Amino acid sequence: MNWTWFHKLGSPKWFYEISGRWLPWLSISAALLILVGAVMGLAFAPPDYQQGNSFRIIYIHVPAAFLAQSTYISLAIAGIVGLVWKMKIADVAVQQAAPIGAWMTVIALLTGAVWGKPTWGAWWVWDARLTAMLILLFLYFGIIALGHAITNRDSAAKACAILAIVGVVNIPIIKYSVDWWNTLHQPATFTITEKPAMPMEMWLPLLIMTIGFYCFFAAVLLMRMRIEVLRRESRTRWAQAEVARQIGRSA
Amino acid sequence: MNPVRKKRLIIIVAILLGVAATVGLGLTALQQNINLFYTPTQIANGEAPQGARIRAGGLVKEGSLTRSEDSLTVDFVVTDGDADTGIQYRGILPDLFREGQGIVALGRLNENGVLIADEVLAKHDENYMPPEVSSALEKTGMLKHYEDGQKEARK
Amino acid sequence: MSFDSFSEFLAMGNHGVYVWSSYGISFVILLLNVALPILARQRYLKNEARRLRREAQQ
Repeated sequence: MNWTWFHKLGSPKWFYEISGRWLPWLSISAALLILVGAVMGLAFAPPDYQQGNSFRIIYIHVPAAFLAQSTYISLAIAGIVGLVWKMKIADVAVQQAAPIGAWMTVIALLTGAVWGKPTWGAWWVWDARLTAMLILLFLYFGIIALGHAITNRDSAAKACAILAIVGVVNIPIIKYSVDWWNTLHQPATFTITEKPAMPMEMWLPLLIMTIGFYCFFAAVLLMRMRIEVLRRESRTRWAQAEVARQIGRSA
Repeated sequence: MNPVRKKRLIIIVAILLGVAATVGLGLTALQQNINLFYTPTQIANGEAPQGARIRAGGLVKEGSLTRSEDSLTVDFVVTDGDADTGIQYRGILPDLFREGQGIVALGRLNENGVLIADEVLAKHDENYMPPEVSSALEKTGMLKHYEDGQKEARK
Repeated sequence: MSFDSFSEFLAMGNHGVYVWSSYGISFVILLLNVALPILARQRYLKNEARRLRREAQQ
């Protein structure tokens, strides 16, 4: 296997150039997919036979919850890469992805509460799934706070990476909580491996929204990482040239 | 991979395994506290504490729902297939409440083993379908079959 | 289209408050996530421009 791309990732300049090329495509696909998915989910998908129209909240709740968990897994992977290969860009990724993951968790929890009220009859229940999701939010807060609290960049990177890696045990707990324990939350509707538990016209908007949310995450992450890379590389010639070019363009 | 990196990776994997084992043991020990509700079988076996506020969960048994004439009091039975628990509740039931639906009720067991509930929550399953499909399935008597099939497929 | 009229679409079968509030909150959060890095970038460039100008004067 050819590993040159992996080692190239270690070069901030290379990352900055390649991400600049991807960013417009990711942004456009994210905006289009989320718009199309939301319109399809809100107006064209049929209502559920039991829940009626409140079921349309699924088109935000499930993609956000999916992304909240995937983001944490990518934090852990970036943490391992940062600790083992001492790759600087991995630390940038951990620091910049954590706030996005936290916001996604907030969306999942809020829409879940709003959905729970008409469906279950309660905003919040302390069942295993909901509690594990709340713990995920606190893990994100922990990583963000650690990154800000430690002034030495290398120690901060190490501490955040370790917290990200250790906290990843929460992910299987979230995923399997509905199978391991009695919970109010229903098991997964949207799985990659199994036949979806809903007809095509309900499932397609969910798929589009989920892909849209992933593109959104990638676009926002690249935006955030590019600023941070410029900041950290401000002593190098290429970053100074890039900043000068950007200033010239905006002036 | 060079030996330094390999060593770091092994340390990380070891830490992760240790944490996972600790959390796993902790969760197993807390098993009963993490469960949101007791099933009728657990209540019948006396696993649920008498007099304390507990949650009972199961499917509302078909034909068991009786509404009182003069008040909001309802009586029904929840079942998990093996055992039944009677529930008495005073108040407005959630929209999704119906016979055959999964519910969770919060309250105290009285001396007859009936749960006097002050809160009833509806549990939803993971299957969604448009109203036309469900009524078509119901007409042909296939709804039950479909739901069972979904459950089987999951196992 | 699963609604007959626009008012029915807004009402969402008396679940309108729940559906629209969750979509509303979520879109505000999504927009916030886009706006924050854009603002941060502008702030950084402005600071750098000021610094460069100061250095040029010295």
